[in-house]
Amino acid sequence: MIPAAFEYHRPKDMAGVLAVLTQYGDDARVMAGGHSLIPMMKLRMADVPHLIDLQSVEGLGGISVADGVVRLGAMVTQHDIIDSAELASAAPILRETSLQIADPQVRYMGTIGGNVANGDPGNDMPGLMQCLDATFHLVGPDGERTVAARDFYESAYMTAREDDEVLTAVSFAVPQGGYGYVKQKRKIGDYATAAAAVQLVKENGVCTAASIAMTNLSDTPVHSVAAGDALVGTSVDDAAIKAAVQAMLGDIDPAQDNRGPVEFKRHAASVILRRTIERAWSRA
Amino acid sequence: MKDEVTTRESRVDALGGMGCKRKRVEDARFTQGKGNYVDDIKLKGMLFGDFVRSPYAHARIKSIDTSAALALDGVIAVLTAEDLRPLGLHWMPTLAGDKQMVLADGKVLFQGQEVAYVVAKDRYIAADAVELVEVDYEELPVIVDPFEALKSDVVLREDLVAEDGSLPDGAHGPRKHHNHIFTWEVGEKEATTQVLDSAEVVAEETVYYHRTHPCPLETCGCVASMDKVNGKLTLWGTFQAPHAIRTVVSLISGIEEHNIRVISPDIGGGFGNKVGAYPGYVCSVVASIVTGVPVKWIEDRMENLMTTAFARDYWMTGKISATKEGKITGLQCHVTADHGGFDACADPTKFPAGFMNICTGSYDIPTAYLAVDGVYTNKAPGGVSYRCSFRVTEAVYFIERMIEVLAIELNMDAAELRRINFIRKDQFPYKAALGWEYDSGDYHTAWDKAMKAVDYDGLRAEQAQRVEDFKAGKTRKLMGIGLTHFTEIVGAGPVKNCDILGLGMFDSCEIRIHPTGSAIARLGTISQGQGHATTFAQILATEIGLPADSITIEEGDTDTAPYGLGTYGSRSTPVAGAATALAGRKIRAKAQMIAAYLLEVHDDDVEFDVDRFVVKGAPEKFKTMKEIAFAAYNQAIPGIEPGLEAVSYYDPPNMTYPFGAYVCVMDIDVDTGEVDIRRFYALDDCGTRINPMIIEGQVHGGLTEALAVALGQEIAYDEMGNVKTGTLMDFFLPTAWEVPNYETDHTVTPSPHHPIGAKGVGESPHVGGVPCFSNAVNDAFRAFGLRHTHMPHDHWRIWKTANELGLHG
Repeated sequence: MIPAAFEYHRPKDMAGVLAVLTQYGDDARVMAGGHSLIPMMKLRMADVPHLIDLQSVEGLGGISVADGVVRLGAMVTQHDIIDSAELASAAPILRETSLQIADPQVRYMGTIGGNVANGDPGNDMPGLMQCLDATFHLVGPDGERTVAARDFYESAYMTAREDDEVLTAVSFAVPQGGYGYVKQKRKIGDYATAAAAVQLVKENGVCTAASIAMTNLSDTPVHSVAAGDALVGTSVDDAAIKAAVQAMLGDIDPAQDNRGPVEFKRHAASVILRRTIERAWSRA
Repeated sequence: MKDEVTTRESRVDALGGMGCKRKRVEDARFTQGKGNYVDDIKLKGMLFGDFVRSPYAHARIKSIDTSAALALDGVIAVLTAEDLRPLGLHWMPTLAGDKQMVLADGKVLFQGQEVAYVVAKDRYIAADAVELVEVDYEELPVIVDPFEALKSDVVLREDLVAEDGSLPDGAHGPRKHHNHIFTWEVGEKEATTQVLDSAEVVAEETVYYHRTHPCPLETCGCVASMDKVNGKLTLWGTFQAPHAIRTVVSLISGIEEHNIRVISPDIGGGFGNKVGAYPGYVCSVVASIVTGVPVKWIEDRMENLMTTAFARDYWMTGKISATKEGKITGLQCHVTADHGGFDACADPTKFPAGFMNICTGSYDIPTAYLAVDGVYTNKAPGGVSYRCSFRVTEAVYFIERMIEVLAIELNMDAAELRRINFIRKDQFPYKAALGWEYDSGDYHTAWDKAMKAVDYDGLRAEQAQRVEDFKAGKTRKLMGIGLTHFTEIVGAGPVKNCDILGLGMFDSCEIRIHPTGSAIARLGTISQGQGHATTFAQILATEIGLPADSITIEEGDTDTAPYGLGTYGSRSTPVAGAATALAGRKIRAKAQMIAAYLLEVHDDDVEFDVDRFVVKGAPEKFKTMKEIAFAAYNQAIPGIEPGLEAVSYYDPPNMTYPFGAYVCVMDIDVDTGEVDIRRFYALDDCGTRINPMIIEGQVHGGLTEALAVALGQEIAYDEMGNVKTGTLMDFFLPTAWEVPNYETDHTVTPSPHHPIGAKGVGESPHVGGVPCFSNAVNDAFRAFGLRHTHMPHDHWRIWKTANELGLHG
């Protein structure tokens, strides 16, 4: 568990980060909390000759809720999210999700930016960001640009972020209605066997909007448009939930691992989604 | 307060002796990060070793090219089997009478096997150099299934096949196949067959106890330092048996034993993983001898899980017979034991399957037969006693599952079935059908207390209602009630039948009383978290009347401690604890003579009273142990040598047999396979209780490791022999999050042959806990027709059980 030798860079500003990225290209990687990248380096599964630590870069922190928009700097930790009264009120699904990520020690270090940018299908935040239709803010040598969370993930560890870009923040409209993030895991610190993020709106007993995303059931997070659509216009009764679950099953593509075979994961995904919808509806 | 007016009770309290909840004296340093573990040892000029390991489970090695590694700046040496061969150290003896490659000699037999040993100036360079060693492998067919191994033409161990193709006997007798290690038989084969054939009821089941790993928080490691000037080798390491390691190192290296000093510093958990001798130790010693400077080797977590001593991997097929009323008449068990590529089990020599022959459990079973076949496969060697005494966990798991299966066959309540078959109190000492003589027990009292504590009848009524509700669609959760009554066999052991590599399994204690009335005691054992410095001082405080706080306990340095076989198998209290008490009594005997002299009476006219000797019938006339200690050194006493010291080597007359009654109540989500442990009640009878707080801690720890094993902890291989659970992401190590609340309880049935009646407790909760958790899972599905499902009961396997029973609609 000893990494290969690497150069450690700790720039003070984004210009410094981009300069190192430009200079070393593929050989450089930025690190936020480091709780995914450092283990990969220690296992020698990631070869990072130049490691750029973002801890000292100005302007990457901060949680703001203004004009109906939530914005989280990339270096906001999961603990910061759990600890924020503002977020607990504006977007409680973030707190519910963060509390199910790893353990308190990891959550003090793990960041929203690292969690979404790494592209690990096991991470919880990417699915949640897709559920919330979040926007990812990137900066690179050619300036800033944004990418929708729903367009960001290509395959495991492959994202729309270019090698010389840094993810600086995520933002999304203050979510409306009921919410739920339910995760089945084997133990504390584990990735999901199946997890679902649901945000839905109830008006006069009818679901008027629903967004559903699943975690660790494909090589990317899965935003299931069809599952959400199956709820809209219904009273989220048993038939509607069954339809949503069926639709979701058409969108996921889980792989067998130590958590179990595909058949089990598909069943777990169904059960977890049903429970998440019921929870969200009860809160709507 | 003047001594004369203190009450007897306050004098007892002041000692901090046996039975009190003395706080652990070790915790001050551990909780402040001031422990001294082997990786904390830093010596001048120290080099670091690291292994090149095989990625393949079975392959021939065509060539090893070390040139690129040797060219790396900071690399001192790269050892291969060819370098060790001239020293005869390319293979080493195992504790089971087999031999094991230190570095791959022409082939590898399991993934992660040691192929080359890199020595470098620091561990970073060593790790880089490991990557640069080029090994050319030719893959061979892999066998991970022991049943397939016994049929396969593939020879795993060519070294154990004669040139004419015949099979020489192994360490435990004839071998039936080239991948077969031994057959071990105990009991009456024909008589058992007759009983089974003529029985009114027979239950049959195959119970697999999966491969797992002790996974101590601190991995294995050592620092070897050869002083070429004085010819002395010092070896620090994570050794559960430092004295045995010294003898083994002497035997295989040829260095005289007085020139070897083995030191076990603080050890971060052992659980059996640190009993054996590993290639890392041999290579580090060789490297230090070659380089003349100290060499450190520390495993990482993956190396620990993949290569040093696994546990279990027993396929146990049983038949149990009974009358229609449920009185058990016979038991038969056949085990196919997967030992991996080398037989490196840590068992007493005469017991190649450990104490598996305790598998009649807590029950009066008149006729029984056990046969065990050991088998080679392409898996890591080991087979150690993970928080248990030599396969007793497998034995207890087997019988406690068979009892449940028999209860199903009889359509009987499993608690009642146990009750009518328990060995009765008046039958002790009880000679079991498979050879052991149980020292003492009162199973009915313990069982009835447990059943009452949990309101057993109420639980069954609630469970019956839950089944009704489930069938009516009102709930998706089933309720399981896990029962276990276990009998442990610990304190190995009597030298007449217990040795490892010919080393008798006695243990020892040496006491020196200092003139001012404090003391140091040294033992042949070594704590790995058990709290020996706390509890052994308590034994001595009671025996010699000096406060526990004034007694230092020291273990683990072979230059200072008396010889002993170490700490595993719950043997420290039964064996070294007895030696401690007896050495204390020798101190007391001499103190009595000194006191009599000082009090000017005959030896027989004084008697021991807590912390002093008093003149019989005149309690105002006394000498405290503190006064006696001073006099022992500083007063000329006719006929008595100065000083106050004693040593005792204790060869136990028998094992001790702790027991307990456990109940687990859990709710199972049949849709996700998730388990919620609502209640866990553990009644332990470990005989005389030395420190109730430490016992409670031991029970909590053992139950937690039992929960781990029962609910998910495993070393799993794919068909290519790749380890699928090599990190703590997939290898289940429970945290506070997963652990339920435990209710502890006890009865006290002292061991009749132990000087203080203590039996040992460290491993009971693991031995009893595993079947209790597993029985609860199985029990939850009993109403739906389940007889038995294998551990580990992780989510998907529970889900699969529910699915196969048609519970998913």
